[in-house]
Amino acid sequence: MPGSSPSGDPVGYRRDNLEIDPPYLVPEFKSSRLRAPRQPLISLRHTLSEVTGPVFGHKSVAGHENNLTTQHDGAPIGQRIVLSGRVLDGDGRQVPNTLIEMWQANAAGRYIHKWDRYDAPVDPNFSGVGRCLTDDQGRYEFVTIKPGPYPFANHHNAWRPAHIHLSVFGPAFVTRLVTQMYFPGDPLLGQDPVFNSVPGARARERLICRFDLEATIPDWANAYRFDLVLRGRDTTPTER
Amino acid sequence: MRHELTPSQTVGPYFGIAMTPEEASLLVPEGTPGSMSLTGTVLDGEGEPVPEGMIEIWQADRAGAYPSAPVGEGEGFTGFGRCHTDDDGKYRFLTVKPGLVPAPGGGVQAPHINMAIFGGGLLKPLRTRVYFSDETEANAADTVLTTVGPERRHLIIARVEGDTATLDIRLQGDDETPFFEA
Repeated sequence: MPGSSPSGDPVGYRRDNLEIDPPYLVPEFKSSRLRAPRQPLISLRHTLSEVTGPVFGHKSVAGHENNLTTQHDGAPIGQRIVLSGRVLDGDGRQVPNTLIEMWQANAAGRYIHKWDRYDAPVDPNFSGVGRCLTDDQGRYEFVTIKPGPYPFANHHNAWRPAHIHLSVFGPAFVTRLVTQMYFPGDPLLGQDPVFNSVPGARARERLICRFDLEATIPDWANAYRFDLVLRGRDTTPTER
Repeated sequence: MRHELTPSQTVGPYFGIAMTPEEASLLVPEGTPGSMSLTGTVLDGEGEPVPEGMIEIWQADRAGAYPSAPVGEGEGFTGFGRCHTDDDGKYRFLTVKPGLVPAPGGGVQAPHINMAIFGGGLLKPLRTRVYFSDETEANAADTVLTTVGPERRHLIIARVEGDTATLDIRLQGDDETPFFEA
């Protein structure tokens, strides 16, 4: 069985996420205060329950779901961008056929959500939701609109920098990752408690996409590149 | 060469526009014989309900096998579910009770459902397992459940009554749910 050790026991995933991810409690991020657990987490040796995970097939995702600019009759307002990249594991192996879901505000910084009361226009031609599966080499691509920043109730005059939410599964329940991708040079990054919840400066840099001239579409769209790196396995599985 | 990981960020309050199609909480269709509701309330450190939270579950089938049927294609039990907590912090899945799952070293694990909790304020998911109150013997022998202190173990054992298993999730405070570093 792939991913088994010589004893037949499952090979676990590395725990380097512990040094990279934000802690649960970040006092500057107000809404973490009552939701962060106070008891220490209990270390769990990986079993079959952790190293397996849901499977996704190409039938459940329509090919056009990765294009957020063609979901309505008209074209959405804003700067069109192509966002592409790869899903890799911590050993640099591509992660094929895994589901990526994304959601974002429109160009004015507004979500179509009942809780979003920001006085910025809703765009009738933009839902802000996309999905795709990575191809056999772990690649993905979305066509969308660059989202706008928006205010949020964390502290006086707090603004979320422009960002796109990305959710990816990977091969196991423990490789699941939900993150946010930011844009280079955004002056709002410095005051954002969510971005700055990641303790390492280099790790924070990995949340920022990079401009990708090669992927731009002349006379039509700018382009950005963003790779997602998931946890890798503890040791190389035994090949049979 | 090692690649450095992408850090986690909160799902925030607005994931509902994308991430929770209603049917995702139904691992089996309503009315399936032998189905089980898994339900409860998510509460914060002041005991207030947590609305707009997202719970994902991953579980074995009745025979204790982890499925490989693809999600969303109607080809059988996929083992995966996703639910959005309502305005009262309540979640509900319709599923089947999983069987005994193989354990490392050749034994078995007690029936359990693997759970990840996402939400505004949670910068990374909280992970736990849901065990069942009608599995006293298997629970006592489970090598994961017994790593939880005996005084806290009941906090991840769902109360089974008829076809419903109930477990509240307390993110913080008295009777805080035991969470795992998985």
